[in-house]
Amino acid sequence: MKKRKLVRALLPLMMIAFIVVLSGCSQAMVLDPKGPVGAEQKDLIMISTVLCTIILVPVLALTAWIVWRYRDKAGNKASYKPNWAHSTTLEVVWWAIPIIIIATLAVVTVRYTHALEPSKPLKSDKAPITIQVTSLDWKWLFTYPEQGIATVNYLQIPEDTPIKFELTSDAPMNSFWVPQLGGQIYTMSGMAMTLYLQADEIGHYFGTGANFSGEHFADMTFDVNATSQQDFEEFIAKTKKVPTKLTMESYEALAKPGKSGVQYFSAIPDGLFEKVVTKYTKGQSAHSGHGSGETTTEAKKASGSETSKDMDKMDHSQMKMTK
Amino acid sequence: MLDKIKQFASEFFVTGDPLILGAQVSIGLSMVAMIFVLTYFRKWGWLWKEWLTSVDHKRIGIMYIICSIMMLFRGGVDALLMRLQLAMPNSEFLQADHYNQIFTTHGVIMILFMAMPLMFGLFNIVVPLQIGARDVAYPFLNSLSFWMFFWGAMLFNVSFVIGGSPDAGWLSYPPLSELSHSPGVGQNFYIWGIQISGIGSLATGINFIVTILKMRAPGMKLMKMPMFTWSVFSSCIMIIFAFPILTVTLALLFLDRFLGAHFFTLDGGGNPMMYINLIWMWGHPEVYIVVVPAFGIFSEIVSTFSKKKLFGYKSMVFAMLIISLLSFFTWAHHFFTMGSGANVNAFFAISTMLIAIPTGAKVFNWLFTMYRGKIRFTTPMMWTVAFIPCFVIGGMTGVLLSVAPADFQFHNSYFLIAHFHQVLIGGVAFGYFAGLYYWWPKMFGFKLNEHLGKWAFWLWNIGFYVCFMPQYFLGLDGMTRRTYTYDFDMGWGPLNLVSTVGGFLMGVGFIFQVWQIAHSIKFREADVNGDPWEGRTLEWSIPSPAPIYNFAVLPQVSEADAWWEEKEKRAASGKSAAPIVYEPIHMPKNSAIPFIISTFWFFAGFGFVWGWMWLTIPALIGVGICMIARSFSYDTDYYIPADEVKRTEAALKGAKL
Repeated sequence: MKKRKLVRALLPLMMIAFIVVLSGCSQAMVLDPKGPVGAEQKDLIMISTVLCTIILVPVLALTAWIVWRYRDKAGNKASYKPNWAHSTTLEVVWWAIPIIIIATLAVVTVRYTHALEPSKPLKSDKAPITIQVTSLDWKWLFTYPEQGIATVNYLQIPEDTPIKFELTSDAPMNSFWVPQLGGQIYTMSGMAMTLYLQADEIGHYFGTGANFSGEHFADMTFDVNATSQQDFEEFIAKTKKVPTKLTMESYEALAKPGKSGVQYFSAIPDGLFEKVVTKYTKGQSAHSGHGSGETTTEAKKASGSETSKDMDKMDHSQMKMTK
Repeated sequence: MLDKIKQFASEFFVTGDPLILGAQVSIGLSMVAMIFVLTYFRKWGWLWKEWLTSVDHKRIGIMYIICSIMMLFRGGVDALLMRLQLAMPNSEFLQADHYNQIFTTHGVIMILFMAMPLMFGLFNIVVPLQIGARDVAYPFLNSLSFWMFFWGAMLFNVSFVIGGSPDAGWLSYPPLSELSHSPGVGQNFYIWGIQISGIGSLATGINFIVTILKMRAPGMKLMKMPMFTWSVFSSCIMIIFAFPILTVTLALLFLDRFLGAHFFTLDGGGNPMMYINLIWMWGHPEVYIVVVPAFGIFSEIVSTFSKKKLFGYKSMVFAMLIISLLSFFTWAHHFFTMGSGANVNAFFAISTMLIAIPTGAKVFNWLFTMYRGKIRFTTPMMWTVAFIPCFVIGGMTGVLLSVAPADFQFHNSYFLIAHFHQVLIGGVAFGYFAGLYYWWPKMFGFKLNEHLGKWAFWLWNIGFYVCFMPQYFLGLDGMTRRTYTYDFDMGWGPLNLVSTVGGFLMGVGFIFQVWQIAHSIKFREADVNGDPWEGRTLEWSIPSPAPIYNFAVLPQVSEADAWWEEKEKRAASGKSAAPIVYEPIHMPKNSAIPFIISTFWFFAGFGFVWGWMWLTIPALIGVGICMIARSFSYDTDYYIPADEVKRTEAALKGAKL
């Protein structure tokens, strides 16, 4: 008898222990955002958690109470009504409670869905920096079209500046995720997606591929180094001096399946990203319908175009290729 | 010549891994042991006549359940291997490709070859008995469904010792699953294993819809059906709409791989997004297909063990039908992060959240069924009570995931893994365990040992929370699903270790369940009157195990809890059942065709996997011949004479005393 009670007491105790452990580790990346997108997402997570808790806690308490109160034990004097099986009032109440909660949550969700649409530019005094992201088997290629450099598995960005990530894939689809800066977006061949993120603080952030893409998917992690504007410029200048340049040939070699460490390139070929996006859809009408925002239209245009001349017409006015 | 054979063997058999070698040896040994035992005890004829060719829904149900428990073992071992690999940072227990195969097969097996057959097993055993029928609407098709499932599952399972397992995830997104990225035979095994068993699933869906609509006992109006039967009906509606999508999707993927079509490859004008849309149009209803029958089980159990009518019968039915409908409007939440745009995301976010409303109402109805009842804590009831907090928490994290912009942070992370294991283990596994414990006496005529069952229950439950609660946190800390290794400095080590310990606790719980079954067989605690739990529905009105014809006389139904009403009436009038006039009973004959035709399908599938047309074509011809043979067989039924029914009933009643 005693033993049974002990076991019964164990379960809630353990749950409490877990909650303590979890609250002790409040440094979980998603709950410790370092940028405006991540911060809003954290707020949203908190709001929706609270809304759910409003229903969760009473239900758990009610369950515990009912199970205890109406157990079939000798001497239990709780009332017993075997045929009581309907009450319109009660049913209305418990259909209404979840309806109200879900309706509230729905309103919140719709608002945030529009506010946090990944292709929507961030409000900032500073002009955004464009970084193009290509997921390869099994590494990340980051090209900085405005600066004319490229890196592999390493991303350096200036703090307090919106970054416009343009993303595609030259391999099975993946997903680009820097939890502390904000939520992820898929990288897919033949499409260019847009994701705006920003780091508010200097620091190193963990970045990872989130969608399974084959054998060495687990090795597709990268360091996001947010630095001061000055350090960022120094990094650009330094990278421009490294002897290796990314050419079409070296890109082809890089794109072959295999793991890679961090690499730096002092130059990138003209229109590399657009070539990758249109690589699979050459001569085809653009497949689209997914993706929204300006980049999709760009991709549509890009996939319809075949010459690099058309490329120049694209809305990449900020793009200045280094020759 | 010898070199050629060696070359072939090295591609054909999976070699080089001690784990797999061990598995191969044990598979070989257990097959030898089985053949030996069957031959030694001269049981081949018995096996063939009584089981393999049986069209009796109760036997088919038992065969489904045996297979699914074996698959639970296989899928569980996969899970433990993964947990072992992840217990420590930088672990080298499994290589990347091996790990990828294991999580792929774990997912496929647990959903399609464990949950589905366990569900079909319970459908088969319970539904005809609950509605007062003597069999399902199409007994031959029922047997065919089982054998198609069986051979499909076998085809999928041989992949890990022959040719290599699929490794592109349980839903095999292209282009990863296309020939360009998965040139081996693993994906072919995936396609044909699922395809062949999927035909069986679809047929079962049709079979049970017809059974429920056409074969209910006189007086059992739709709104007087037991709740489990209602849940089966809702689930089958989803099956007949969802499974054709799966069949077509996999057929297109096969055409891509086999004939160089370009349905899902960009370079020929196809689109991988098409596949992802299609597979989730099946995949999301699929999780409701498996969970809704569990809701039915809980309803039966809550009512029985609270000695009370189910609260809010009508709204329970309504809620289930609404869930079946809504389940088809949720698929896009699986790719909120693919840039569908704010309006599309908002639509699917809300349509997903809506499911929480009927589900929430059901939870309240279960709670108020217990309210003012007398709750007996038997093992089925314990699983049901444990389900409520587990599923409510899992449902809540599901609602969190459905909030599209928040999902950008949860998607593909361990948070998601924790969520769906919470609803699938807490809902489906707990539910089917509860159902197994509950109907076990009806299936086999003896009860399972409650003491060992309670040990299993606590190990499973504690193990569950220890295993999956840390995973929510790991997800929020950036750990992604399908990661086979992580660096020490990520700090994920301790929680992963805890999670692994939890996984093994559940494994020990499973061992206790096997022990419980073995123990209960040895020390039979016979179910003497066919109604061990003081049940409420018709299946408890007949002896355990039920005779081949189920009901000697078809019952006349006037209330929802038909058997409970009958018992009340008898108690009030002080009389037992009215004297019975027996009549001859019309029954279907056993048939070997379902077994043979499905075996042919297995070989056809195996031929497709390897591109061996010399095997596929004759096998498909075999399939055709079987179909023709069946269409010309007119001698498919027989009558059990009234005398024999009388004798059987007398014997069964004699046993009762």
